[in-house]
Amino acid sequence: MAKAMRPPIVMARFGVDDGHTLEGYLRTGGYEGLRKAIGMGPEAVHAEVEASGLTGRSGGAGFPAARKWSLLAPGKPSYVVVNGDESEPGFAKDRPLMERDPHQLIEGSLICAFATGSAQVFLYVRGEMALAQERLAQALTDAYAAGYAGTNIMGTGVDIDVVLHWGAGAYIVGEETALIESLEGHRGMPRLKPPFFPAVKGVYMQPTIVNNVETLSNLPWIVLNGGAEFAAMGVNRSLGMRMFTLSGHVNRPGNFEVELASMTFRDLFTAPEYGAGIRDGNQLKAFLVGASFPWLFEEHLDIKLDIDEVQQAGSMLGSGIVVMDDTTCAVRAAWNLVRFFAHESCGKCTPCREGLSWLEKIMHRIETGTGREDDLDLLLDVGDNITPGLAWPPKQTTICPLGPSGVAPIISSVQRFRDEYLLHVKEGGCPRGRH
Amino acid sequence: MGRLSPQNVELARQIIGRYPRPRSALIPLLHVAQEQDGWVTDEAMDHIAELLGLTAAEVLGTCSFYEMFRREPVGKYLVNICNGISCMLLGSEALIEHAEETLGVKAGATTDDGLITLQAVECIAACDGAPCLAVNYRYVNDVSHVGFDELVAELRAGSRESEFPPHGTTTRVRQHVEPAAWSGKGADGLPKVWIL
Repeated sequence: MAKAMRPPIVMARFGVDDGHTLEGYLRTGGYEGLRKAIGMGPEAVHAEVEASGLTGRSGGAGFPAARKWSLLAPGKPSYVVVNGDESEPGFAKDRPLMERDPHQLIEGSLICAFATGSAQVFLYVRGEMALAQERLAQALTDAYAAGYAGTNIMGTGVDIDVVLHWGAGAYIVGEETALIESLEGHRGMPRLKPPFFPAVKGVYMQPTIVNNVETLSNLPWIVLNGGAEFAAMGVNRSLGMRMFTLSGHVNRPGNFEVELASMTFRDLFTAPEYGAGIRDGNQLKAFLVGASFPWLFEEHLDIKLDIDEVQQAGSMLGSGIVVMDDTTCAVRAAWNLVRFFAHESCGKCTPCREGLSWLEKIMHRIETGTGREDDLDLLLDVGDNITPGLAWPPKQTTICPLGPSGVAPIISSVQRFRDEYLLHVKEGGCPRGRH
Repeated sequence: MGRLSPQNVELARQIIGRYPRPRSALIPLLHVAQEQDGWVTDEAMDHIAELLGLTAAEVLGTCSFYEMFRREPVGKYLVNICNGISCMLLGSEALIEHAEETLGVKAGATTDDGLITLQAVECIAACDGAPCLAVNYRYVNDVSHVGFDELVAELRAGSRESEFPPHGTTTRVRQHVEPAAWSGKGADGLPKVWIL
């Protein structure tokens, strides 16, 4: 059974009605982390974040934040970019963090800029998130007016500006080099790495740190409580607390901030304070831990929300967990995911641009009744041109991982539910009829 | 309609002034144009090109990449029903069909009275509130068929105008910084004054 629930870190103010205002934020300890950080000096802040073991809170790679900062090349100016472009299907946790605790993100961004010697933060918010933009705009205005941002922060002589920037609708911009292209006013197409590692050649070809909203939102707490306190939660690489959006066929969908490696997926889906069970007493069919990653199944229910355990199971611990019960059509679900990635391909690399649209068309015809038996092999063959060997972790013939992301649901569903695909072919469409 | 109004030109100059390189203001300025006219006109793109020292083709190149920028008029209310995986699992496909019946238009089209444009869109990041939709990028969660019809009736009656500003309005609150508080140190020595 899961350990007792710990008090949340980044979601701590979700229960505070005015937590998004400067007054509410200050009343609940706001900007004390920044004050302490400036008193400690950049190296000491960096050391605390390193001791915390905090890893990136967007995808599933689990790359340590402090190591990312260490890669920053010397050279000025350098920039900090906040990645607030949350768009992965199933992920809905950065948006409430920006809406409900905008000052926490601003404070975290300032701590990051201070620790890495940058005087300029760009806060890139997904264009579709109007309330997040409004809350952040108000919070920044208030933070500047009260001396928590801009010139001579809190009378310490430290200068850091924060510019609120907004996107205009493109999933690919969540990829850090595409986000930089977009911030520079271009089409959001990823850059080749090397040479364009953001820490070396980022915004305007200057050294740049790109961190996710939740990653930065943890920094005030880590500075105030110490890295060791954060690292006391979890095990190995899976340290601290982390937010997960739980959605799909559970009785109690929601955002939950949990201690890493403290509970299993079964706990998350069934415990009354979390998912409260699968709807209508149905059985599990599959679950996603990120739309880009291979699916997990019943035999994985007892692995923990732990970066390494999920990788050993052949997937990655993303932040959006989507539960599918046994009424779900596997072909329909995979088609939905492939359609997403085909739609969001930026068009820069041929295998992704052409390949994903072919895959989407093949999935569509299988689901709607004009599929052929050899389509199953064709799906895997086209997929192999995007991600050679269909291996995990994926190889790629493309600049960024979006292409392989669109192949993952096909590999998972064809391997696991081959009979279901064949039934679609035999019966001339989805045996479950309309959805 | 068309070129940016004098007031929006002033706003544009302020936005440009906050970035180390003017072109970074391109997407924000396209939002200003869309806010002014409800969509992005050719004339507005020409004007933005002049303001940023770009060609019209460069502005169109960026504009056409991003979903939110509309190159033709849309309804006062853009109703985006999410069809991402979490919403699909909880009935978004049936909700979209229901919406098409209620509004009498297919997804992608605008009602005859010009009030509502219906779209089926990819994940809008409200998965725990599935099935969800957004009206001019303001979220409505846990949408039932009855709830959708009530929403449409309210939009037609004009009773939720304060909640859903006209299409193009991205943000009703803008960041404001007194010039003295703006450091400008990170900005390559470009303008230090920035007010928005």
